[in-house]
Amino acid sequence: MATSEIAPDVSLVQAYPDAPALRFDNVSVGFEGKDVLENISFEVKRGETRILLGPAGVGKSVLLKLANGLIKPDSGRIYVFGFEITSMREEDLYPLRDCIGMVFQESALFDSLTVRDNVGYRLAEDHLPEDEIDRRVAQALCFVELDHTMDKYPSELSGGMRRRVAIARAIVSRPSLILYDSPTGGLDPITSTTIIELVIKQRDVYKTSSIIVTHRLQDAFMIVSHRFDCNTNKMEPLPPNQTDPQTSFLILHQGRLAFDGSTHDLIHSDDPFLKEYLS
Amino acid sequence: MPLTTIDEAAKKGVSAVQRYSLLSAQALGNLFRRPFYGADLITQMDKIGVGSLPIVILTGFFTGGVLALNTASSLAQFGATAVTGQLVSLAMIKELGPVLTSLMVSGRNASGMASELGSMVVTEQIDAMRALGTDPLKKLVMPRIVATVVMMFFLTIVSDALGTLGGAFVSIFMLGQEATQYFHSAYQTLQYPDVVQGLVKPLFFGFIIATIGCFYGMNTRGGTQGVGKSTTQAVVVSSVLIIFVDFVISKFMIGIFGR
Repeated sequence: MATSEIAPDVSLVQAYPDAPALRFDNVSVGFEGKDVLENISFEVKRGETRILLGPAGVGKSVLLKLANGLIKPDSGRIYVFGFEITSMREEDLYPLRDCIGMVFQESALFDSLTVRDNVGYRLAEDHLPEDEIDRRVAQALCFVELDHTMDKYPSELSGGMRRRVAIARAIVSRPSLILYDSPTGGLDPITSTTIIELVIKQRDVYKTSSIIVTHRLQDAFMIVSHRFDCNTNKMEPLPPNQTDPQTSFLILHQGRLAFDGSTHDLIHSDDPFLKEYLS
Repeated sequence: MPLTTIDEAAKKGVSAVQRYSLLSAQALGNLFRRPFYGADLITQMDKIGVGSLPIVILTGFFTGGVLALNTASSLAQFGATAVTGQLVSLAMIKELGPVLTSLMVSGRNASGMASELGSMVVTEQIDAMRALGTDPLKKLVMPRIVATVVMMFFLTIVSDALGTLGGAFVSIFMLGQEATQYFHSAYQTLQYPDVVQGLVKPLFFGFIIATIGCFYGMNTRGGTQGVGKSTTQAVVVSSVLIIFVDFVISKFMIGIFGR
């Protein structure tokens, strides 16, 4: 694994082609003297989707922020596309973050910018021509089926629409890793299904590596048991007893990783906590 | 107070000063690093400078007026009302122009910066900005600091001019003094060190207003209540610092120029 700084002209994602998209190596972090995450180790292979489950307040969002370098761990190392981000300076992290999309728990849209400017924010920062920004924003909004909201402000949208705009903002630069922080949190079941469909579409159409944080088991199992059909432009269930091979689970419990494995292993686990959690 | 509490308070204080210094230094360092957010700088100049113009004009004009009223009544006892213009212009340009303008701008803009940035922090917009590859210190803090420093300089000039005019209005139309006499004494008394002192102060005050506003905004914790707390703290701390730094600069300048 490399610890070097990022050369601006190197294709970051392909700089270490054999490295996983994300790797946590004995990562621990705490706040105000209280340990939140302890010795967390796992990896997300390229093209793989990991569903991160756990009770509320266990540190799922903290883990995502660690993965994006928004928080530094107290100990351990985190590698993103082979680059060790724990020892990087903030300014060196910015080019790497261009390869990562993040959907925040409460959307975190810029409330003084229109939907167009929110989704096209990263493109505008990269000084792309206005025509190109408009085209890419329209494409991303079309993906989340919100192409009619270009000129609206976030406050004029419903919770579900805001979450879809946040997904459009995360995917507009075609990132190689997407971090979804409770994308369905606080939404009604119908809107949640729409969001999950978008997550599955992104996974199956673009094969993007991702971590999906959720505390809703029904969403998690919908992700592993469905696929996206490009012909019908809808998600459909996989055949019975079949799950998506590229999607697996991580479960946090009391700051530690209680489970890291496939859907089959999770369902057949004898661990008392997992049995209780899944029941 | 238990010893541990004093210890904790001291640590918090030192840590706050350290974080404030780091934020200021990083924001200033960003002046010379790409990308340069010129459009944001212009927007902030408009918000802070043009937006503060009405309150600065009103404050300056009436301060000059009340200064003329008070000094004229005191000077009348010694038959020296002829030097009213002199007192008004010296007080406005050396002291009241910069300080009152800064306090007004602080009330309007330090609070605005703290609440705007604080709201962005508690709604994770700052984290989102970082996640989208933008340095918030470059995009949000640096333009505010530069805009406030630059605009404070011009706002002080406006305040000085309006204060002198306010004094003239009261002296001529209410106290029946000669306009020529007022303006002549107001102009003749001013020397180069007075003007330098009056124009150096707003640069420091502008820096204090912007850095304190941004510091409290960027360090907001605890939801909407936290935003309110940050806003109040930003105005209180920047106002106190302005008065303190005014004293230090005045002492320093008098030491250099002898007046």
